[in-house]
Amino acid sequence: MIATLSSKKKNRLPQVLEHASGDKRFKILEAHIKKHQFKQDALIEVLHKAQELFGYLEDDLLLFIAYRLKLPASRVYGVATFYHFFTLKPKGRHTCVVCMGTACYVKGADKVLAAVEDKARIKAGETTPDGELSLLTARCIGACGLAPAVVYDGRVTPRQTPEQALEKVKGWIGHGN
Amino acid sequence: MVIDDLIEIAEKERAARKKFVVRCCLAAGCMSSDSKGVKEALEKAVKEAGLEDQVEVRGVGCMKLCCQGPLVQVDTNEPGATVQVSAGGQGPLYLKVVPEDAASLVGTLKGGQTKVQRGDPKHPFFTEQLSIVLANSGLVDPERIESYIAAEGYQALHDVLREMTPKEVVDAMIKSGLRGRGGAGYPTGLKWATVAKTASPQKYVICNADEGDPGAFMDRSVLESDPHSVLEGMAIAAYAVGANQGFIYVRAEYPLAISRLQTAIKQAKQQGLLGSGIFESPFNFNIDLRIGAGAFVCGEETALMASVEGKRGAPRPRPPFPAESGLWTCPTLINNVETFANVAPIIRKGADWFARIGTEKSKGTKVFALAGKITNTGLIEVPMGTALRKIVETMGGGAPDGGKIKAVQTGGPSGGCIPADALDTPVDYESLTKLGSIMGSGGMIVMDDSTQMVDVARFFMEFCMDESCGKCVPCRAGTVQMHGLLTKILGRKASARDLQKLEDLCEMVKSTSLCGLGQTAPNPVLSTLRFFRKEYTDLLTADIFAAPTSNGKSRGGAEEDAFAPMI
Repeated sequence: MIATLSSKKKNRLPQVLEHASGDKRFKILEAHIKKHQFKQDALIEVLHKAQELFGYLEDDLLLFIAYRLKLPASRVYGVATFYHFFTLKPKGRHTCVVCMGTACYVKGADKVLAAVEDKARIKAGETTPDGELSLLTARCIGACGLAPAVVYDGRVTPRQTPEQALEKVKGWIGHGN
Repeated sequence: MVIDDLIEIAEKERAARKKFVVRCCLAAGCMSSDSKGVKEALEKAVKEAGLEDQVEVRGVGCMKLCCQGPLVQVDTNEPGATVQVSAGGQGPLYLKVVPEDAASLVGTLKGGQTKVQRGDPKHPFFTEQLSIVLANSGLVDPERIESYIAAEGYQALHDVLREMTPKEVVDAMIKSGLRGRGGAGYPTGLKWATVAKTASPQKYVICNADEGDPGAFMDRSVLESDPHSVLEGMAIAAYAVGANQGFIYVRAEYPLAISRLQTAIKQAKQQGLLGSGIFESPFNFNIDLRIGAGAFVCGEETALMASVEGKRGAPRPRPPFPAESGLWTCPTLINNVETFANVAPIIRKGADWFARIGTEKSKGTKVFALAGKITNTGLIEVPMGTALRKIVETMGGGAPDGGKIKAVQTGGPSGGCIPADALDTPVDYESLTKLGSIMGSGGMIVMDDSTQMVDVARFFMEFCMDESCGKCVPCRAGTVQMHGLLTKILGRKASARDLQKLEDLCEMVKSTSLCGLGQTAPNPVLSTLRFFRKEYTDLLTADIFAAPTSNGKSRGGAEEDAFAPMI
């Protein structure tokens, strides 16, 4: 990634900026950067906004942010990859987040996760090849009273069994299987 | 804003109180069981019954018994009303309410009946609690500052700014004996005194709301239920240490807490309770939010500050401590959410009052998030020194479905497992440390017979391995090796030598890591080894591969897959 940012393509930055000029989302992002007075400390806030706008952080986006905040691309890439919340790959159309906090784990979240992994034939953190489902795990969503909890497309669902989880994700996987 | 304005807001809010208040929990736990739908249905039912001038439907914060949500409780201050109330005016508590129940619930206000399951507010789960931090939780509307002001909110800030010197405030904190609620238990007053003593023109106050410990949700509940108490505590702290800028570092995983904090900050600014010249004093204070991005290590104070500065959350060696050189090398006071929430009550009711609660060395109360294999999951606040057995068995109702409690885990990945036969231990900083665990931020996970302790140890080690920031070698490589050994033990491929290796590694990582994450990462292994050693030894195989072969490696094939490569 670092290599693609700096050496592989020459004159990459002008291309990125030209690309950015035609995309409204970059304008919104730029306004957000301006709100933070182009402060380098605001890098994490800016990355949050960028991910909110674009869904994930692609190379051009990171380069654009580095340029606007006058930061080395390595620093922006370093921060984007350090934190779990930022993703550099596009997410699937649907997401299934299995909470793997301690409370959920002792109540069988690992079995729920294994069942979905098995059915969707992907590992946690991956997206199905057809881009339909991203299977993710969370450290703890703080819904320990509802353990084990699974978040389907942003909706927290309490007390899940492997069977219930498979029922939920059934429509999102297995096309052509 | 002067004190008269504050009193006026409070009295107006109290005067506007209707005959009945129907409180509906809108904290994240109940929200995920559609409590918002319940609240809307209740409002509609009140309208349809024509009771709008008598009934207020109020969205409130956490009502504590999270496993039975959505929770709804009816209060009245009217004597001889149709619903029975306790001394405090609190009426029946309804459990697992669905929107369809709304009409019958509202019907009870006119003497009707409902089939909705009722909770028992006289259960020890509620009666044994002593609320200081959670005093407003479940009572006030977290999205309206007036509701907090009516509950004596911001009066402590006024008294501090108008009647006390910064030194008097610090002295009050020292006298109260309050200790940091983030886990380490450093005396709060001393920390404040250190920051106050520095001569820097620029100082900062940070609220650590990066509740990364899996299985803990106290801070989230406080932020969602009573955000103003944290803002008030921070403002008082800022006055005491001489800071004019505060930050709240909150996890991105808590969107509801973030939105409630944003609302609270906005309202406090509008009322002149944050900003410049607060209560017409020369004191200025602003608070900004910083949203975390999912890194457990950012709960460590130096890593947290790096993250606030927009960098990777890697810790740095201490000293210098943040109190001397913190955010942008300025003196910085960092306290946990719960610590700040304790501040205003201490000022309001006096340090002596606070110091009378709890044990000799641990004062006040502690909020715990009770979860795992336990009947009553939820939030409890008890005086320090309460026996674990009382918390788990009397209040928590023991293990569900007739199971037997095997251990209680406190302190998350940095803590340890306390065995069932040590349940009579009083909960305070020293007693838990003696058992090889820690108070931690307040997560309390109950485990029963079906839980395998080695598996739990591996679970936490996997967590630490993933969350290690990679800066220091003992933590970065040590956690990987320990995780490999635990996996090997669980796979019944390990020998007694491997167990010895694991114990040696634990000691090494503990004593040589840079920050708290690495220093405490072996705790779950050490404590399970101490109390449940048999579970480890039962999984060991005979040491048939002990004799090394000519190339110096053991002949067992197991070791290869158990050991992940060094990063």
